[in-house]
Amino acid sequence: MSDDKLARMANQIAAFFATQPGTASEGIATHINDNWPGAMRAALLAEIAAGGAGLAPAVIAAAPRLRPPAKAAVRD
Amino acid sequence: MKDFVLPGRDMGTPARQGAPVSLTIDGFAVTVPAGTSVMRAAAEAGIRIPKLCATDSLEPIGACRLCAVEIEGQRGTPTSCTMLVAPGMVVRTQTETLARHRRGVMELTISDHPLDCLTCAANGDCELQDMAGAVGLRDVRYTPGANHFAQRTAEAPNPEWRPKDTSNPYFTYDPAKCIVCMRCVRACEEVQGTFALTIDGSGFASRVVAGQDVSFMESDCVSCGACVQSCPTATLQENSVIEIGTPERSIITTCAYCGVGCSFEAQMRGDTLVRMVPWKEGKANRGHSCVKGRFAWGYAQHQDRILKPMIREAITDPWREVSWDEALAFAAARLTAIRTASGPDALGVITSSRCTNEETYLVQKLARAVFGTNNTDTCARVCHSPTGYGLKQTFGTSAGTQDFDSVEHLDCALVIGANPTDGHPVFASRLRKRLRAGASLIVIDPRRIDLLDTPHMGEGLHLPLRPGTNVAVLTALAHVIVTEGLYDEAFIRARCDWDEFADYMDFAARPENGPEAVAALSGVPAESIRQAARSYAGVPNGAIYYGLGVTEHSQGSTTVMAIANLAMMTGNIGRPGVGVNPLRGQNNVQGSCDMGSFPHELPGYRHVSDPAVRGIFEAAWGVRLSPEPGLRIPNMLDAAVAGQFRAIYIQGEDILQSDPDTRHVAAGLAAMDCVIVHDLFLNETAAYAHVFLPGSTFLEKDGTFTNAERRINRVRRVMAPKNGFADWEVTQLLANAMGGGWAYTHPSEVMDEIAATTPGFAGVNYAMLDARGSVQWPCNDAAPDGSPVMHVDGFVRGKGRFIRTEYIATDERSGPRFPLLLTTGRVLSQYNVGAQTRRTENVAWHAEDVLEIHPHDAEVRGVKQGDFVRLASRVGEISLRADVTEKVAPGVVYTTFHHPGTQANVVTTENSDWATNCPEYKVTAVQVSASNGPSDWQTDYAARISAARRIAPAAE
Repeated sequence: MSDDKLARMANQIAAFFATQPGTASEGIATHINDNWPGAMRAALLAEIAAGGAGLAPAVIAAAPRLRPPAKAAVRD
Repeated sequence: MKDFVLPGRDMGTPARQGAPVSLTIDGFAVTVPAGTSVMRAAAEAGIRIPKLCATDSLEPIGACRLCAVEIEGQRGTPTSCTMLVAPGMVVRTQTETLARHRRGVMELTISDHPLDCLTCAANGDCELQDMAGAVGLRDVRYTPGANHFAQRTAEAPNPEWRPKDTSNPYFTYDPAKCIVCMRCVRACEEVQGTFALTIDGSGFASRVVAGQDVSFMESDCVSCGACVQSCPTATLQENSVIEIGTPERSIITTCAYCGVGCSFEAQMRGDTLVRMVPWKEGKANRGHSCVKGRFAWGYAQHQDRILKPMIREAITDPWREVSWDEALAFAAARLTAIRTASGPDALGVITSSRCTNEETYLVQKLARAVFGTNNTDTCARVCHSPTGYGLKQTFGTSAGTQDFDSVEHLDCALVIGANPTDGHPVFASRLRKRLRAGASLIVIDPRRIDLLDTPHMGEGLHLPLRPGTNVAVLTALAHVIVTEGLYDEAFIRARCDWDEFADYMDFAARPENGPEAVAALSGVPAESIRQAARSYAGVPNGAIYYGLGVTEHSQGSTTVMAIANLAMMTGNIGRPGVGVNPLRGQNNVQGSCDMGSFPHELPGYRHVSDPAVRGIFEAAWGVRLSPEPGLRIPNMLDAAVAGQFRAIYIQGEDILQSDPDTRHVAAGLAAMDCVIVHDLFLNETAAYAHVFLPGSTFLEKDGTFTNAERRINRVRRVMAPKNGFADWEVTQLLANAMGGGWAYTHPSEVMDEIAATTPGFAGVNYAMLDARGSVQWPCNDAAPDGSPVMHVDGFVRGKGRFIRTEYIATDERSGPRFPLLLTTGRVLSQYNVGAQTRRTENVAWHAEDVLEIHPHDAEVRGVKQGDFVRLASRVGEISLRADVTEKVAPGVVYTTFHHPGTQANVVTTENSDWATNCPEYKVTAVQVSASNGPSDWQTDYAARISAARRIAPAAE
């Protein structure tokens, strides 16, 4: 997935939570943790680690709350 | 005597509700509700009074006089259909006087009716024939004279005779056989609400005509079939009955088109389907239908159906027909190789909202238990995923709150981004009936939808907003309600969190959310917004109905929350006549969501990260499950282009035509190494497939569909699958080819597994559905009879939650290059990508997609009615014909996506809802200009698709 699309999705989520009472980064992190697969979260975390150009500040602030991808499930 | 009354019998007049009234009919004591007719009371006692013009789907008019009875203490012979019961009434239905009277009536009626019973299409299924027998008519004494049935006399042609009207492809009107009982006219008015039929003339000259005496196809007739169903003779007759003969048995099943989920009798002769007749006991449709469910089932037998599995190495090769074993082995080998090389997350599935709950459940189980990934998604992604998200956040359940019967109790209908007369016609007819009875209507939609032109309703209020401004307008409604104190404080205090409401009240009351500020950006006059808010908040029962015009936006989820907020603040939740009612697009879109089709939720909307929930399914399936959410459809395509997603199994879905930004979808599919399409036809997506598995129609399998009111309806097999297997069997074969070890022998076993693992379905099983007809989930120990209305005593999540709904403009804006806004939708006669309806006679109504454009916008571009125009957005361009109409506002254009030759989704963009990635189909900035013919994409596509559909001749 292109970084542009990820950034755009994250920024759209941030724009919603910025309008809500409370800390936006908490809502952003919960929403992304609940809905994004590990690979997409990993890519977003990598983007943030690389400086987060193009990402809303609230997305960057959400980084510590983003769940790193779980290890692939082991099939029995 | 009551023991002999079978369900489904015509009781003569509609049921009533009222205090019990006791009377005596032919010596039998009967007790019925006040307001019931004598005819119906007699029918309740098992006594069938002869009748012609009365039927229990219509109000009685007492026209045919056949149902006369004698009542002690009353003079004359009143008609029992119009005579209401009274306490202590003593009725006699059969006396010498009555018998003579009825024979006289029949004799007159028959004197103007042809006696060609043996060759008549209604022979054996004719109420006139039955009544002639019932009253003992033995001869007609009138000498031949003026009549309507003889084409000519010995001297000259008969001026009263008219030829059959065969203009409608599905039924024939033969005026020669009409007895002018007016059932058809009343059905068109009372049941359908179109008012296309009328009685022209009076006395002997009276006859049924369509419109201003034009053919049915030229009239306003929408071919719902209500008139045909109500006709007691062969005057209005299905062409299929004329061709095949009368049916000999019928099986109750559920329509496979829209989310209304109408119940039908599939009437059969052998394994040939003769006709589909809406079932009176069906709780969603109450005996009504639309042109699709009633007539458009010919696709099931269409020559385009692919009945043998096919495979090919590369999508540039022609298809090769192979055995099921070879196709499944080929598919399993590819899938296994990809999983070994790239891991389980390189695989995924798309479940189908056109397939049954059981089939959908098995497809997501295939992904989770056999592939080992949560990469499962469904077409709800592109339609109602924001409904699921928004209602779960606010109410706690991802579903509508009411049953369809609720419409009979509403006082104000607020219809947002929906076009029910086209998209959900049977619901629209039920709503129109309520509007004619005096309920008010508010429509929030960029187009002037036909519901606003409902005959005989009061003034409808239309808020023609600019596409993309839903949230602003709905928040402005909330602004009016909170600033004018129209909210229901008692309800909010009891049922919601008051502090959250207080926060929302402060937010909504801000000046930027006021009608005046919003008028500027939405184009809706402030006064209309105020009027709408006062109207919705001011009635006892306000009900919201909405469609994809709400969800398919970048703020789709926020709009759903705004709707939930409005319902909560006005106390319009938790009883009949109110609620939040998403009108679901496809027959089983509710069910496919319920069944765990989404990549982050196991069946029953439970998150994959919850170890307790995973534990339930791990125990049932005997595998470990991934705790990671999977990819959504657009993410799958993105990941495919990036080389990370390599294989997909798509059941009954045509993403190339239905999903936005066709070029991107094509690129994603082309990048995959194994695309398995499981469908009835070689659809557009199949052009990119390596394996084609033939599908079965809803007529060929058992299962259940869940409609927009959460009603679980049975689908019953009426004929054997032409392709050899029902779809659930095909999925099982694929799972087992990959070592799944499944052993289901019937879909009922799948439902039992669903009930055992999913709390809302705990009480559901086939025996119960067969006994009760249908049930609305949740159905479990807490609600053993199901749940017609939800959130009755409290919200599922506890307290209803108010969420701020700030308007955020979409990135898709009109500008100098693309000055118009395109919005898309569907028409009555076609369905979704048209794969089914295009293969029926429904093309008579809509043979191509056209572009609706306002006369002003057309004129400045030099576009005239019927001109070929070029429609371009920043992602692509197509050509289609223009329909110049004031249905759309200036600045807005509209089209449908039913035809692959048009490909409206070449133009739509990748923009999507912030929460669910539901595509923003409803807002695309476009330009319209004159054109000579198809765009380059359309021409290239036509060549490409025909190359991709080549099937190699079978080796001898």
